Amino acid sequence: MFHIHCPYCGEHREEEEFHAKGQAHLQRPADPEACSDEEWGDYLFFRDNPRGIHHELWVHAVGCRKFFNITRNTVTYEILETYRIGEQPSFTAEYPDGRRPQDATREAQAPLKAGVHA
Amino acid sequence: MSQPHRLGQGGRIDRSCKLGFSFNGKRYQGHAGDTLASALLANGVDIVNRSFKYSRPRGVVAAGAEEPNALVQLGSIEAAQVPNVRATQQALFEGLEACSTNGWPNVQRDMMSLVGKLGGTFMPPGFYYKTFMAPASLWMTYEKIIRKGAGLGRSPMERDPDSYDHLHQHCDVLVVGAGPAGLAAALAAARSGVRVILCDEQEEMGGSLLDSHETLDGRPAGAWVAEALKVLGERDNVTLLPRTTANGYHDHHFVTLHERRTEHLGETAPRKGGWRQVRSRLHRVRAGRVILATGAHERPLVYANNDVPGNLVAGAVSTYIRRYGVVPGRKLVLSTSNDHAYRAALDWAESGREVVAIVDARAEPDGELVEQARAKGIRIITGSAVIEARGDARVSAARVARVDLEAFRVTGEMETLACDTIGSSGGYSPVIHLASHTGARPTWRDDLLGFVPGLVKGVSAAGGAMGTYPTGEVLEEGARAGHEAAAELGFPEGAVALPRVATRRDGAAMALYQVPHVKPTLRAPKQFVDLQNDVTAAAVELATREGFESIEHVKRYTAMGFGTDQGKLGNINGMAIAARCLGKSIPEVGTTVFRPNYTPVTFGAIVGRHCRELFEPERHTALHPWHVAHGAEFEDVGQWKRPWYFPQERRGDVGGERESMAEAVARECRAVREAVGILDASTLGKIDIQGPDAREFLGRVYTNKWAQLAPGRVRYGLMCKDDGMVFDDGTTSCLADNHFLMTTTTGGAAGVLEWLELWHQTEWPELQVTFTSVTDHWATMTVTGPEARRLLAEITDMDLDRDSFTFMDWREGVVAGVPARVFRISFTGELAYEINVQANYAMHVWEALFANGDRYGLTPYGTETMHVLRAEKGFIITGQETDGSVTPEDLGMQWCVGYDKPCSWIGKRALSRPDTKRPDRKQLVGLKPRDPKVVLEEGAQIVFDPNHSIPMPMAGHVTSSYYSPTLDSGFALAVVKGGQQKMGETVYLPMADGQVHEADIVSPIFVDPKGERQNV
Repeated sequence: MFHIHCPYCGEHREEEEFHAKGQAHLQRPADPEACSDEEWGDYLFFRDNPRGIHHELWVHAVGCRKFFNITRNTVTYEILETYRIGEQPSFTAEYPDGRRPQDATREAQAPLKAGVHA
Repeated sequence: MSQPHRLGQGGRIDRSCKLGFSFNGKRYQGHAGDTLASALLANGVDIVNRSFKYSRPRGVVAAGAEEPNALVQLGSIEAAQVPNVRATQQALFEGLEACSTNGWPNVQRDMMSLVGKLGGTFMPPGFYYKTFMAPASLWMTYEKIIRKGAGLGRSPMERDPDSYDHLHQHCDVLVVGAGPAGLAAALAAARSGVRVILCDEQEEMGGSLLDSHETLDGRPAGAWVAEALKVLGERDNVTLLPRTTANGYHDHHFVTLHERRTEHLGETAPRKGGWRQVRSRLHRVRAGRVILATGAHERPLVYANNDVPGNLVAGAVSTYIRRYGVVPGRKLVLSTSNDHAYRAALDWAESGREVVAIVDARAEPDGELVEQARAKGIRIITGSAVIEARGDARVSAARVARVDLEAFRVTGEMETLACDTIGSSGGYSPVIHLASHTGARPTWRDDLLGFVPGLVKGVSAAGGAMGTYPTGEVLEEGARAGHEAAAELGFPEGAVALPRVATRRDGAAMALYQVPHVKPTLRAPKQFVDLQNDVTAAAVELATREGFESIEHVKRYTAMGFGTDQGKLGNINGMAIAARCLGKSIPEVGTTVFRPNYTPVTFGAIVGRHCRELFEPERHTALHPWHVAHGAEFEDVGQWKRPWYFPQERRGDVGGERESMAEAVARECRAVREAVGILDASTLGKIDIQGPDAREFLGRVYTNKWAQLAPGRVRYGLMCKDDGMVFDDGTTSCLADNHFLMTTTTGGAAGVLEWLELWHQTEWPELQVTFTSVTDHWATMTVTGPEARRLLAEITDMDLDRDSFTFMDWREGVVAGVPARVFRISFTGELAYEINVQANYAMHVWEALFANGDRYGLTPYGTETMHVLRAEKGFIITGQETDGSVTPEDLGMQWCVGYDKPCSWIGKRALSRPDTKRPDRKQLVGLKPRDPKVVLEEGAQIVFDPNHSIPMPMAGHVTSSYYSPTLDSGFALAVVKGGQQKMGETVYLPMADGQVHEADIVSPIFVDPKGERQNV
């Protein structure tokens, strides 16, 4: 059973208080009507299933009712960070040990990996 | 009642306290401090069980949690039955009654053993499945007979008289195991001030020190243990949990500890201060750091007939002598590959009984213990091993031979040594089970001849669990682990003075697992690897020959390491044999994954207080007491108890029988259609939605339009997921321009609220809107039927005029003197008012309605009548007519879809996908059975051609079906492929009993198709 730090409550609480809501950083296309059937199908049905670092959406269902994101290692189940909606993860597949300040400049040149959006 | 194997002195038992107990119906005596196993050995009981598959006689092999054979059924009364208790872990108490879990008619003479003897060689792994595979239909019959032959103990058939509980614990450092490593770790951690829990599965804390010969600071080891426990016990930051097994290591240092609080006192928990004590307790511990000081299990050697009673693990021999004052035999032969095991022979000799020989596989053993044995004149046979035990119900001799382990064969002359006990040791295996639960893979260490645990962040292991065995080093390693855990948590190091321990010079151990026999493994007498599951070396070899190369597959094919045993004694031996057969090394073959629980946990402890009335909370509406008083039958809807129907005494039969459900529902339906009925609808989910963007938000989450809904008006809405599938529905009322009250289905309330929050928080945070659940704040009473207006007018001054308070209006007013919101909405098709009042006023308003109800024929109705009435009107229930694969268009509810809304509301885009546009989708229709007496089964499959060969193409299924008193006929709602284009066509419903029902596809609205009645 996970021990999860709610970034809004600022405390670790038992997994029983939370609901997992699947992959994080899924952005609904701004204009769904402009999507092809394939693009819309990708948004609806296709999800990543990585071995290792994964960003997940959770909700503190019986706590503050806030949605937030978790970066979790799907092999060790270690939770590397939790962060609020709208924030970016520090731990990603590219930066499994966490992003350092100097990575920011590199990143400015190369966009984030597909699937990790604002 | 003599105890032939009890020594006159020594051990930690209390000889002055005699305890009577019975085993398999015979009376025996033991002492306080005994386990059931030590008491049985003291009394010379050789056979304690029959084996699982071959029904071979089995005796005690080990002295702790690793015992595979001595599984007993406890309990003198039915309610106290406990299956599969390890006799080695059960403390003796006065009056204990136990019997073997297997053996028919008894363990001494067992009918099934004939199967083992005659069929032994014919029962390879997979025997039952291979033999009884055809015909498949008979497997269930075979299985019953086979199960009877296999021993698994039995569950009690009566209610458990004891209580159990759970404790949620938090600590900085959890130390598992209170042997030398665990005690040192706890002492070190405790000194730094962190909160420490120290648990140990045995009756006494101390682990290996309890039967050690060593001195710590010049004092007996036991004295140091007592001192350490005293120091720990006096500290406020330390919790000591004896008789507590850490059974499962779950995510993020969540460890479950099973504390047996009274199982050493009696078969049911004795009373204390008038109250029955808690029998066992599950500690749910969330730890900052975990130190595994779980020690090591000694591996027995695998030789022929190594399961005959009298074959013991060498260390267990020492434990029984030193801790319990019991010598488990008269003449010992010891077979070993290392120095440690010599201790058993030395202890045996010291107890005054005969050591026939020590058989050492090594050519030139030379450690300190070896020299001690030589000095005592014990015969040592080197370069050899016990290759076979002789005897039936008890060992009578050991066959010893020179062995060449490189070539895996017997090389020299054989010698047969008369004896009644064979102790064996192939070295130690660190107990890595808990570390394995975390998913960390262990590492093989050639120098230790064992796997050491893989450790995830925050876990450390010390002592035997890490493959460290000399006591001085174990203490140091434990203290270091304790210091480091505290330091990692930011606590200062506290000095801990470790006792001085003399070091012992041990010779190098040798790798020995299976001992070669003169015959090849497949023909030799059985060489058991896993005693509990009756897995032999031959079975493992056969598995590899049949192509099972992965150790995980070998495990599943042979059942090695299954069940409650979890491979404690046998796994490494099995892996070594598989490795030999496959020509690989042990690390190449790898290890299997150990799973929780380490040892069995009773259901009582798992359940704790969460049983009977505390199993799940029940939700009651404010009107619940009235429903109970008026004889309602209840239906569970989620956690809610809702009145299902209100059976009355049959008319003219006062004090007699009550109506059947069908009779009650027919009466309730007629009352609503002809007079007036009342339903407690308080369980409907209610969400209060406020904010300047509330209206915009509704437009995005509902399929239909909300822009024009004026204050005072109500609208029905459908909600879809973004895949276009309906998932909830309900009415939403405009309370003010920026204030709405949404209702949801009873079961969907929490899910809808979470859904709204999801979209608001993640996709549209710019919208200013808030959501609050008000389900419990308001009670809802639905007054419906042609007389509804006149009844309501009796208790309110509100203007109920049909033209000023119209259908789909809501008004605020006073009802029965109480502030109320009244909604003119209808789920029955009749004139209806839903009266919402603060929940604590509900009973008053309900009773005021009934005070005026008689002259209008006011009748309470329940959910069943509600279902019939709504189905007659073709009103859907989400989750019944829909199943996550039904669009609004499939339901024929295009009238509820805002195709031209400016926003792309949730679900809109999906409605133009090719799959949602298919003309042959299952669509909602009504079904009228040809025979009006037939009420179709809900869930029944629909076909177009009943004469089609099997398998028939399925065309749909029945979603709701009832008898309608209004129509005097059965009727149903169903989804049928392309159904909306098939009005008037006939479909068929083949039933399991061979009948085929015929029905016509009709409109799903059966009563009042124009909807006039709700507008009266």
